[in-house]
Amino acid sequence: MAEAASGGGTVQYIQHHLTNLCAGQCDPVTHKATGFWALHLDTIFFSYALAALIMVVSWRLGRSLVSDAPSGFQNFVETIVDFVAQQVRDTFPGHNPLIAPLALTIFVWVWLMNFMDLIPVDLLPVLANAIFGIEYLKVVPTTDLSATFAMSLVVFALIIYYNIKIKGLSGYAKMFLFHPFGKFLVPVNIVMTIIEELAKPLSLGLRLFGNLFAGELVFLLIALIGGTMFLAAGFFGAMFWGGLQVLLDLGWLIFHLLVITLQAFIFMVLTIVYLGMAHVEDH
Amino acid sequence: MNITVTLIFQMIAFILLIWFVNKYLWTPVNAMLEDRQKRIADGLAAAEKGKHEQELAEKHAKETLKEAKTQAAEVLAQAEKRASIIVEESKEKAQVEGDRIKASAQSEIDQEVSRAKEQLRGQVAEIAVAGASRVLGREIDSKSHDKLMKDLIEQI
Repeated sequence: MAEAASGGGTVQYIQHHLTNLCAGQCDPVTHKATGFWALHLDTIFFSYALAALIMVVSWRLGRSLVSDAPSGFQNFVETIVDFVAQQVRDTFPGHNPLIAPLALTIFVWVWLMNFMDLIPVDLLPVLANAIFGIEYLKVVPTTDLSATFAMSLVVFALIIYYNIKIKGLSGYAKMFLFHPFGKFLVPVNIVMTIIEELAKPLSLGLRLFGNLFAGELVFLLIALIGGTMFLAAGFFGAMFWGGLQVLLDLGWLIFHLLVITLQAFIFMVLTIVYLGMAHVEDH
Repeated sequence: MNITVTLIFQMIAFILLIWFVNKYLWTPVNAMLEDRQKRIADGLAAAEKGKHEQELAEKHAKETLKEAKTQAAEVLAQAEKRASIIVEESKEKAQVEGDRIKASAQSEIDQEVSRAKEQLRGQVAEIAVAGASRVLGREIDSKSHDKLMKDLIEQI
């Protein structure tokens, strides 16, 4: 941060935006979590709010399903449900009634949490500051590792559970011992399989976090064009930089709409694939 | 890396959300979709059946129509035959009646003619007798010459 004065302001702006609303074990100066016992209230608030939204909408829709002449919103939900069911049919071997709702939950919840990224970066923090006096607010839950790893660890737990359930404890142990190189390289096999298994939740959580974090960062940088250049330049310069910011923001927004959908989709499909692998008897 | 206790809260939320979505969204929607699928399949099968039945009914109707036509033609032919018979019969009757009337008229005419002849014969005999008496100058006594008169009438 030992740069020019304006550069320091820029870094501070970005730092500020990437800091969660922390409670518990937090650094009083940087407001970052210093230990495990720190609650990111903004992550919890937004993800719970979106989960509640899903619950309310699905509860209301589930009560008023029309079989003969579905209209409007029900059609939309049916499309999503059908899409997820199709993915499960295509990639999941055998039958497990939990997989499809799990995939549906992941897809919708992750998409909604990602969608928070498309809300103008300063809007909610400024509003929160003005109305509630909240200093820090990070609105996209999936830019918090705790949120992405929460999902990937649940999926990981399910992977282990179904591995043991389908293959048996000995079958699962055999997978570690004799996969992928056969019985003559048992130590290598154990290391390889452990890495392979651990890579599943790690890659799931980190991929989502990385994509959304980077996306958020780009939005911040685009916002900075206006924040720094706009004020420094004259009238025509201001017009230019302001126009550039709007243009770039729009472009990144449209591209990011694809990214958030793709990330939600990837998380869902990989979950199905990993759980499918856990369901295959002879590996 | 700032993994915090937030993780636990997120996990709880995630698990609850899965449970909720499964119970209140996935299960009813899926049941509804399956029900709809089944109903559509049933409907299509029923339509197929209905079509088949309609085809059968059409065939049946055609057959009935054909039969009715044949019957009607038969009835018509019979009626025609009967009509011609009746016409023939009445013709014959008329002929017979005509003949009878003709015959009776003829016999009447014949009777009339013979009566006229008879009358004529009598008158001719009288004229002949009157003529003869004039010629003979005296009256022929019709009683005395009865036999002669009779012969004369016979001859006329």
